[in-house]
Amino acid sequence: MKFDKPATDNPIDQLKVVGKPVDRVDGRLKTTGTAPYAYERHDVVPNQAYGYIVGSAISKGRIVSMDLTAAKAAPGVLAIVTAKNAGKLGKGNFNTAPLLGGPEISHYHQAIGVVVAETFEQARAAANLVRVEYKRTKGAFDLEAMKDKAEPAKSIAGGGTSDSKVGDFAKGFANAPVQFDATYRTAYESHCMMEPHATIASWQDDQLTFWTSNQMIAWAVGDMAETLGIPKEKVRAISPFIGGGFGGKLFLRADALMAALGARAARRPVKVTLQRALMPNNTTHRAATIQRVRIGATKDGKITAIAHESWSGDQPGGKPETAAMQTRSLYAGADRMTAHRLAVLDLPEANAMRAPGEAPGLAVLEIVMDEMAEKLGMDPIEFRILNDTQVVPDNPSKPQSSDPQSKKPEQQTKHIPHPPFSKRQLVECLRLGAKRFGWEKRNPQPAKVRDGKWLVGIGVAAAFRDNLLTKSAARVRLDKRGVVTVETDMTDIGTGSYTIIAQTAAEMMGVPLDKVVVRLGDSSFPVSCGSGGQWGGNNSTAGVYSACVKLRQAVEEKLGLEAGQGVFADGHVRSGSRNVSLAEAAGDQGLVAEDFIEYGDLDKQFHQSTFGAHFVEVAVDSFTGETRVRRMLAVCACGRILNPKTARSQVIGAMTMGVGAALMEELAVDKRIGYFVNHDLATYEVPVHADLPPQEVIFLDETDPISSPMKAKGVAELGICGVAAAVANAIYNATGIRVRNYPITLDKLIDRLPEPA
Amino acid sequence: MKPFTFERATSGADAAAAAERHPGAKFVAGGTNLLDLMKLEIETPTHLIDVNSLGLDKIEKTPEGGLRIGALVRNTELAADENVRRDYGVLSQALVAGASGQLRNMATTAGNLLQRTRCPYFYDTNQPCNKRNPGTGCGAIGGYSRQHAVIGVSDACIATHPSDMAVAMRVLDATVETIRPDGSQRKIPIAEFHRLPGDKPHIDTVLMAGELITAVTLPKPIGGRQIYRKVRDRASFAFALVSVAAIVQRDGSGRVALGGVAHKPWRIEAAEAEMPNGAKAVVARLLAGAKPTNENAFKIKLVERALASVLAEAKGA
Repeated sequence: MKFDKPATDNPIDQLKVVGKPVDRVDGRLKTTGTAPYAYERHDVVPNQAYGYIVGSAISKGRIVSMDLTAAKAAPGVLAIVTAKNAGKLGKGNFNTAPLLGGPEISHYHQAIGVVVAETFEQARAAANLVRVEYKRTKGAFDLEAMKDKAEPAKSIAGGGTSDSKVGDFAKGFANAPVQFDATYRTAYESHCMMEPHATIASWQDDQLTFWTSNQMIAWAVGDMAETLGIPKEKVRAISPFIGGGFGGKLFLRADALMAALGARAARRPVKVTLQRALMPNNTTHRAATIQRVRIGATKDGKITAIAHESWSGDQPGGKPETAAMQTRSLYAGADRMTAHRLAVLDLPEANAMRAPGEAPGLAVLEIVMDEMAEKLGMDPIEFRILNDTQVVPDNPSKPQSSDPQSKKPEQQTKHIPHPPFSKRQLVECLRLGAKRFGWEKRNPQPAKVRDGKWLVGIGVAAAFRDNLLTKSAARVRLDKRGVVTVETDMTDIGTGSYTIIAQTAAEMMGVPLDKVVVRLGDSSFPVSCGSGGQWGGNNSTAGVYSACVKLRQAVEEKLGLEAGQGVFADGHVRSGSRNVSLAEAAGDQGLVAEDFIEYGDLDKQFHQSTFGAHFVEVAVDSFTGETRVRRMLAVCACGRILNPKTARSQVIGAMTMGVGAALMEELAVDKRIGYFVNHDLATYEVPVHADLPPQEVIFLDETDPISSPMKAKGVAELGICGVAAAVANAIYNATGIRVRNYPITLDKLIDRLPEPA
Repeated sequence: MKPFTFERATSGADAAAAAERHPGAKFVAGGTNLLDLMKLEIETPTHLIDVNSLGLDKIEKTPEGGLRIGALVRNTELAADENVRRDYGVLSQALVAGASGQLRNMATTAGNLLQRTRCPYFYDTNQPCNKRNPGTGCGAIGGYSRQHAVIGVSDACIATHPSDMAVAMRVLDATVETIRPDGSQRKIPIAEFHRLPGDKPHIDTVLMAGELITAVTLPKPIGGRQIYRKVRDRASFAFALVSVAAIVQRDGSGRVALGGVAHKPWRIEAAEAEMPNGAKAVVARLLAGAKPTNENAFKIKLVERALASVLAEAKGA
């Protein structure tokens, strides 16, 4: 189905099942430990051996020699694969550095081999016997030092342009009566999902099957085929359950490739999990940024000029963190520019982590808005509202993209320089949030509110994240029991895909939820949008919607009903005087339909985004500078909420991640050696329960008929966007201390806190 | 993990003797730190002696009015003991400030004293570390050293001792009781138990080969307001940036020991004379001669302010 006109009434609008806060349909499997995650699939293929990855001990240079003698002779060892005996390997479209290093080393902990043995312990012990002689070469590990050498980014994730210009920023800024100019820093962050990357690989002749943990099945298949130099048809990926991804599992990674290579060498199925301590350096991370923002405004607070520049680094051939992107859309102002500069670094590979671009971008822009409001003597909410815009102020035309990460098929449509937003309720989010959170009680004078030894403050930030449209397919079957089975290679990374897809199919076919079976994450199923960029929920359900429309037609056709006249409800289809159960309609043969959603140019005519407002109250220990979050509220306007319960879980999880970014998460770089030093969960701190207060989420009652037949949008990344700035602004309100360098740890506050009495 | 042999000891003397027979042996109790280190091949014992059945798991009153804590008393149990909570509150607070409930259920009193540093260079076997691999150098000096020691450091090592419990033990003047392979016993004041790194940072304590901790004794309670204040980036399950164990008497006199600043629990008795004069005065003496790195220089001020917070809290009660 091609979606090229705004949605009108359709069966989803009944909202008998969709929109209800139903429990996860896979909840029981998860809570009883019976959901089959990649590493635990002991049953799928017999005789599994264990692989253990050897990571590079240097960050840049070459392997001079590898002595495998002792490792090969160790008990239980079946095979050892290194670049020397792996055969010719390609590089996947989505990988910047090769997954298997050697002799050239691209980054620390890059896989340089896998040791396969009968048991995990034997593989690990033998891996420790591999002796490697390296020759180090000098690398660039310091973004700060490389900043001035950074160049305009040639390629941008999503296929956008590196720079944009509207009007004449320099002139507009120079003429502005009130000016603000400051530079900020955000940290390197690690996804730290609960389940490490893991794969079981098995060859049958030249056919590879791998059970893995991956957000994007089709990408994983394509890049596995590309890397091994075999046809895609010879590769099958299966990933029904995923213990978190956050962007860290968008791509084929070393666990999967090394399992495939290990299995080929050992002539046995091989399972590999990436060691936790390898994850931050071996896989991808969120790049650190340096960001400079300048705003010029009139004395009464109208923004006249705005510039946002961002510097980040990546491996050669990599991409920048698109931290300035949202500034093209969020606030009004006639004269403006954005720019992304990319430094070549020899740190591990940077890539997407939950809300890439917006998470670090809004972490900065939304402090700037707070600082500028103060400079203008305005309330920060009123300042934002005054500069709201219902059209996109800066929409550069996109170049033809050959970027595989570009999710939108590029079309030759007329470029609209200032498209309207399909729906934009930022002002409503701010107003409602202010009322619910008690914003009027905020003392605009910082460092005035005390609670014993605690300095208390509240802060606000806008949330913004684009809604991305991408093709997504599904197959639906109706069987003689009246059961509807949905098959799509969509993934559920903890988001609730199983549940909202089941709700969609139940709504469309008029059956109760327990008559729907959802099967996901298998490349033998139709190709979906996958999970990433908060595009999964809307697009995958729209794909299921399309397939269900076809299935309804098939039912009507089989029963000889007039097309489009069937009323599907209570497990029956009704038309005129006829009322037939779906079980009967399906018959012994059953009925199958397959279709996909694809999009016209509605997302060119209208800009589709999601909006929100985050409110945070913090208390800062006046002695030690420890910050503890006391209250959090998010108000979100992001289209139809397909399931308020799973959507809320997404948002509070994202808010938690935002607190981590604000207060503690930072991969520390050893600039001499060139690696992330705190590469385990003991030293890379993410928030624990004790760090989080009760969190409240409000979804505005909204539908967006421009987005898809579901009238839904993304949710899961909006929840993190702006959170860090809301925390930072609350800390400022509590202490009067502005920290422009994340994370806001106590050492950055302690010199400026009041002297203890 | 390297292959190792395993035995279960039946008495303290038996365990110590077994350790002498196997030069590469280690005792294992809760295993919360040792097993992790073995998996990473940072510890590579050839023989493990399980001491869990030695019956050293009781908390008893001593004739002197103090408390004798068996080496195998689990951290959870010790923190919850009514005598500890009443008379040695700083110890109970320190214990629950450490690790997580699951770890405290396994971790023992002796094992807590013997845990190794959490320095990330110690943990990454690709990196130089004089503590793990003597003579290879120190990765942390000139590297990522935010968590590291600021006092008592050497050119060979700036690691900290990670324990919270040991800091409280230090402020309480505990004594470590041991048995040696020849069956003889000795009592080591906690102040002398942990070493400074010097040029032998691979040696954490004064224990001799085969020497087994059997108990830790606490002297008669000294009353006072007892406070353990642990400062860290996240609210739970994190090692201390700094911690303060303090006992403050009504007249303002008292004791203070620090965690997170040195290779051992840090206490300078002479500095305690300054207690009535406030935190600044105490810390000026307590951390005199500190040699922080650029990354952890904030700890000096943090100690001062954390102690000020503790003194304010003590006064307020």
